[in-house]
Amino acid sequence: MLFAGTPFELNRIMLIRIIVTLVIVLVFWLGTRNMKMVPGRGQSLIELGLDFVRVGIAEDLLGKKDGRRFLPILTTFFFMILAMNLTGAIPGFNIAGTSVIGVPLLLAAVAYVTWIYAGLRKHPGTFLRNSLFPPGVPWVLYIIVTPIEILSTFIVRPVTHTLRLLMNMIVGHLLLVLFFLATSFFFFEAPGLFKLFGIGSLAFGFVFTLFELLVAVLQAYVFTILTAVYLQLALADEH
Amino acid sequence: MLPSVLAAAATETQNPLIPGIPDLIWSAVCFVILLVFFWKKILPNVQKSLDARSELIEGGIKKAENAQAEAAAALEKYNEQLAEARVEAASIREQARQDGTKILNELKEQAAIEAARITANAATQIEAERQAAVVSLRAEVGSLAIDLASSVIGQSLADDKKATNLVDQFLADLEASEASSKKSK
Repeated sequence: MLFAGTPFELNRIMLIRIIVTLVIVLVFWLGTRNMKMVPGRGQSLIELGLDFVRVGIAEDLLGKKDGRRFLPILTTFFFMILAMNLTGAIPGFNIAGTSVIGVPLLLAAVAYVTWIYAGLRKHPGTFLRNSLFPPGVPWVLYIIVTPIEILSTFIVRPVTHTLRLLMNMIVGHLLLVLFFLATSFFFFEAPGLFKLFGIGSLAFGFVFTLFELLVAVLQAYVFTILTAVYLQLALADEH
Repeated sequence: MLPSVLAAAATETQNPLIPGIPDLIWSAVCFVILLVFFWKKILPNVQKSLDARSELIEGGIKKAENAQAEAAAALEKYNEQLAEARVEAASIREQARQDGTKILNELKEQAAIEAARITANAATQIEAERQAAVVSLRAEVGSLAIDLASSVIGQSLADDKKATNLVDQFLADLEASEASSKKSK
């Protein structure tokens, strides 16, 4: 490990994250360095990806103006999570950059701060009151409603935001490790006909690798769209 | 690689829900780099390119519309000019026809007047000559006849009233006989 013992200690996952970051920068920098009016194949692909976030998530949920305001954060979330998830299924990396709590926790915290900031900015006087004391509810019920709102909005929301991504990635990694270790065991150490089980576990490992690719894309999308939904709820005119 | 993973899993008994400091630091470094990169570089570039593209497309549509409008205006103008020219041509033709008729009528009139004048002149002249001939003939024939008669009867009848009557009688007879001889012929 580099910088062992310091706060900048680098293990394999940290290295994967740094490599992924550099790859994203390189791909997008090269892909948008020379933008043409009539896009070529590479540029079309880059634009397709960026449009997916811009149109499909930001403008769809937040509208044109707010969508553009929060587009940098949503775009960063999506591509960072996507690329770091995909390393779980790439040979040589074999583990997702998001399968240690740092990235999910950090991004969920950024999302949390962002939507609270957006809400306070848009409705300076009424945001917290409307969030904790939903209008149109008889005041007696606030005894029940307000603790639930505090719990669900300000505590459960960021926790689930973090854990959903983290657990998907950890479990995916464990499944793949399980199948491929089993394959290795059956092929090289199991006696006799037990070796045949290796074929089955290898096939499952292959199928789950494909499944992990799907999960990688899906979780990146879910994390980003949930961030957009929280922002939309915070920006909505009346709760 | 697999044994090393196993070894790492074995040594790391850390709770996966509690982040290590290096984990958070490197996450933050990666996130900040990517956020700044997308925010300051990629998205503005892409937005600029998208704006330029939509402007190009809208500009192209507008240009085509303008060209079409211009073409339509030119066509209208051309048609207008054509119609004007037709009207003008028709009026010129009409004018020419009128002028032609007028000139023809004038000429006809003039010719008629001239002809009438010439005819009248000729008639007057003929009448005058005939008159002159009759007068001179009458004087000459009268004197000849009287000379002849004087010599026949031997006396002068020159200033006699009878003689004049005689001559007139004679001339009348002569004309009558001439007429009858012409008829017999």
